[in-house]
Amino acid sequence: MSTASSNGAPSFTNVPIIKFTKLFINGDFVDSVSGKTFETIDPRTGEVIARISEGTKEDIDIAVKAARYAFDFGPWPRLPGVERAKLMMKFADLIEQNTEELAALDAIDAGKLYHLCKALDIPSAANTLRYYAGAADKIHGEVLKASRELHAYTLLEPIGVVGHIIPWNFPTAMFFIKVAPSLAAGCTMVLKPAEQTPLSALFYAHLAKLAGIPDGVINVVPGFGPIAGAAVSSHMDIDAVSFTGSTQTGRKIMEAAAKSNLKHVSLELGGKSPLIIFDDADIEKATELALLGILFNKGEVCVASSRVFVQEGIYHEFEKKLVEKAKTWVVGDPFDPNVQQGPQVDKKQFEKILSYIEHGKKEGATLLTGGKTVGNKGYYIQPTIFSNIKDDMLIAQDEIFGPVMALKKFKTVEEAIKSANNTRYGLAAGIVTKNLDIANTMSRSIRAGTIWINCYFAFGDDIPFGGYKMSGFGKDHGLQALQKYLQVKSVVTPIYNSPWL
Amino acid sequence: MAARTLSRLLSRSLSSSGGTKSEGWINRNRFSTAAAVEELITPQVSINYTQHLINGQFVDAASGKTFPTYDPRTGEVIAQVAEGDAEDINRAVSAAREAFDNGPWPKMTAYERCRILLRFADLVEKHNDEIAALESWNNGKLYEQAAKAELPMFVRLFRYYAGWADKIHGLTVPADGDYHVQTLHEPIGVAGQIIPWNFPLLMFAWKVGPALACGNTIVLKTAEQTPLTALVVAKLLHEAGLPPGVLNIVSGYGPTAGAPLASHMDVDKLAFTGSTDTGKTVLELAARSNLKPVTLELGGKSPFIVCEDADVNKAVEIAHFALFFNQGQCCCAGSRTFVHERIYDEFLEKSKERALRRVVGDPFKKGVEQGPQIDSKQFEKVLRYIKSGIDSNATLECGGGRLGSKGFFVQPTVFSNVQDDMLIAKDEIFGPVQTILKFKDIDEVIRRANATRYGLAAGVFTKNVSTANTMMRALRAGTVWINCFDVFDAAIPFGGYKMSGIGREKGIYSLHNYLQVKAVVSPLNNPAWL
Repeated sequence: MSTASSNGAPSFTNVPIIKFTKLFINGDFVDSVSGKTFETIDPRTGEVIARISEGTKEDIDIAVKAARYAFDFGPWPRLPGVERAKLMMKFADLIEQNTEELAALDAIDAGKLYHLCKALDIPSAANTLRYYAGAADKIHGEVLKASRELHAYTLLEPIGVVGHIIPWNFPTAMFFIKVAPSLAAGCTMVLKPAEQTPLSALFYAHLAKLAGIPDGVINVVPGFGPIAGAAVSSHMDIDAVSFTGSTQTGRKIMEAAAKSNLKHVSLELGGKSPLIIFDDADIEKATELALLGILFNKGEVCVASSRVFVQEGIYHEFEKKLVEKAKTWVVGDPFDPNVQQGPQVDKKQFEKILSYIEHGKKEGATLLTGGKTVGNKGYYIQPTIFSNIKDDMLIAQDEIFGPVMALKKFKTVEEAIKSANNTRYGLAAGIVTKNLDIANTMSRSIRAGTIWINCYFAFGDDIPFGGYKMSGFGKDHGLQALQKYLQVKSVVTPIYNSPWL
Repeated sequence: MAARTLSRLLSRSLSSSGGTKSEGWINRNRFSTAAAVEELITPQVSINYTQHLINGQFVDAASGKTFPTYDPRTGEVIAQVAEGDAEDINRAVSAAREAFDNGPWPKMTAYERCRILLRFADLVEKHNDEIAALESWNNGKLYEQAAKAELPMFVRLFRYYAGWADKIHGLTVPADGDYHVQTLHEPIGVAGQIIPWNFPLLMFAWKVGPALACGNTIVLKTAEQTPLTALVVAKLLHEAGLPPGVLNIVSGYGPTAGAPLASHMDVDKLAFTGSTDTGKTVLELAARSNLKPVTLELGGKSPFIVCEDADVNKAVEIAHFALFFNQGQCCCAGSRTFVHERIYDEFLEKSKERALRRVVGDPFKKGVEQGPQIDSKQFEKVLRYIKSGIDSNATLECGGGRLGSKGFFVQPTVFSNVQDDMLIAKDEIFGPVQTILKFKDIDEVIRRANATRYGLAAGVFTKNVSTANTMMRALRAGTVWINCFDVFDAAIPFGGYKMSGIGREKGIYSLHNYLQVKAVVSPLNNPAWL
């Protein structure tokens, strides 16, 4: 693999001045109660970008109070959907006006490719807001068929105060995947961004205020999971918590919800998603999909195609091409437009990935390419491919969350289904085939929340996304996501003398 | 929101109607007449578009003919407009066909279509007042109503439909057997749309909004009375990025331009709003040509039922509004006011007072509540019905004649002692003529309210939840307003039972008018589940 500029020294754009480092509560940027701060790091160098106010339980309490007040007495849930939509549209316009600065914040904070953030992550966030703005005035209850002389209907009401806990791999997309539908539903919220990537979330809080979203509706409290995240998930006055992150943390959140006020929980967790390539596939296209599936965003993607199954007829040619392509993959400074892969988000992830690579070697898998770090500064790792995988190996079972692919040969459709489903996860799967019957059979047989046929990472605002099994429950995206933030109330009253029932 | 705006306007008109009863009536009547005849405000707007809009270009009629369009305040000509006939319709349909079959519109992502509609809404919002002035000038409706209620509602409708564009969902369907079944909701193709003159822009939005959101192309024929504003907004729609040929507008008359559209072999869908008689013709033409599906939104004779427990003052005001709004030129006007006998006398007295206070005059003047009828034909028709009411021995409580000597102003008119079989209780008058009827009990009023060939809307005034529940199911009408009337919103479907029409416009329901459903079936081999 080429290493264009892996030492993080050259910069291709002006790193922005960091404007927002405090907690955003009730419409104001404030210090944390404790006065404590924490460092957020540039993963290109490991150096500190800024010190951020650290939210603790006390800060969460204050933020929840603000959100509670905004919900119980504020205008937001009482506005017609169309009025909420207007402010959301304005919010979207403001994001577009600040695209470059926001893209730079995510690039420097998460090591993401700057040009991709600018072209994709940030504009998509505006689109997501507009999508749900368009949904805000289309939340329909139903008039029901009662079994006797009753008139009954359902009201879909906002669930109340929502806690959002979001991860660091897509700081912008995750912010809006949660915030946009809950805004449309009429909820108020406390959002905890990941401690690795608080910068864009605080900027979005600022833009929300500029857009005119009332104080207390969106509160952003950066901090650490065990302290601030735990305070959210165990809070007695939060009505629902929506979490995206690891399966282990998801379990803790659900437990905290159970032990506190039985708040509704939705979890979008880890994955070990299979990409299954059949003999009739276009090999050139398939290798590209497989590579992108694992290397996109440095493999820090919950739906990464971390297990690639290839049918025996094309396996050898596929493997050869795949390795060739992996070797030309460019790792380096994410601000360089030629670079395809930046640094892992932090030291902890970096070391975890390297330890999985060591595991892979020890377990007897064949290291086809990669396996090493790149440069001597920052957290860069080579695109890594293991073959001769057995289903029970650690690198075939665990979510590595890095540029590490487990490649396996298979013979029959039945075997592919069995291997693909041999996981505790069920987030997504890819199928590459020209055969309609295989595509139909596979799409129903794989236990996963999304099936991509002859494509991968094909996300859309209108396409629901979420996991089977231990990949979580509840959907993000689409009109399904609105349901997470709504309560159903049935209203029933007798009718007399009705001409029909 | 426009629902709110309307009621705000209503309360403003309430508060502006101070003074003692008789004084107010005399003064305002004198003032109004003068205003109508002598001191007309000149609208600050120019007429820039009078040609057909075909394939993104403004063009003359193929025949070169034009027809006059009028200011109903005076009956004077304000512009000459291209007069469309079969040849113009043919040209417009081929442009729409080409735009649908080979153009970018149905192929672009729904999100892109959504953005174009949103940009259009922003542009209309920017030009709100001038468009409203033109609407008022050509139609005679109150400028304030156009500027503060109808244009904002127009914008709201397009934003609403923009939001639908990327949420049009087919289904996956469980079939009996090993089959994978899904439905695709596809645009229907070229839509022909014929709209009336009473709400020229709102009718444009009701029709064009859902058709565009679903990815169709359109040939729109405007009413010959009000051809102007559609051309202005269509220009803005193209500025917002609408590709040429997607929306084509032909001005002209029903028999010469509407009929060729309704009977065109290459139009895939027809939507019409107007009279029941014309609706019949349109449906017949569709049947005789290519069996295009038709939605019709036609006439009405909507009951407004005031029960004995109703808040009388509020009911009087809303019943007055329900009938007189927009000069009585509403298909859903509450034109049969049924009042319970126990409150009948009080209701009648107050309704008469209210009608006498109604300020008629130049629709551009602040404080005016009623402008002229649309044209001499409607004006004369309304006066004929008033005469018929008198001849059939209904009691004329107030009004009954024209106002001034110029333009098409009619006095707010109230009839009492109206019987169900009188012409004024059966026909759609489409003017400022309120007919008040007496009833005894709920079953009786339900029966009488339903004894009509129409079924567009109904109003019910009661505090009793059981009465409301019974009435809302028993009334055979497409909209039932309980303790309110004329509450419209983009999300609330609208349409008629019986001879008031076929299909629903607005809301999620309107999308189905512009979509085809395609079922796609393929076998499943050995699936894990069915």
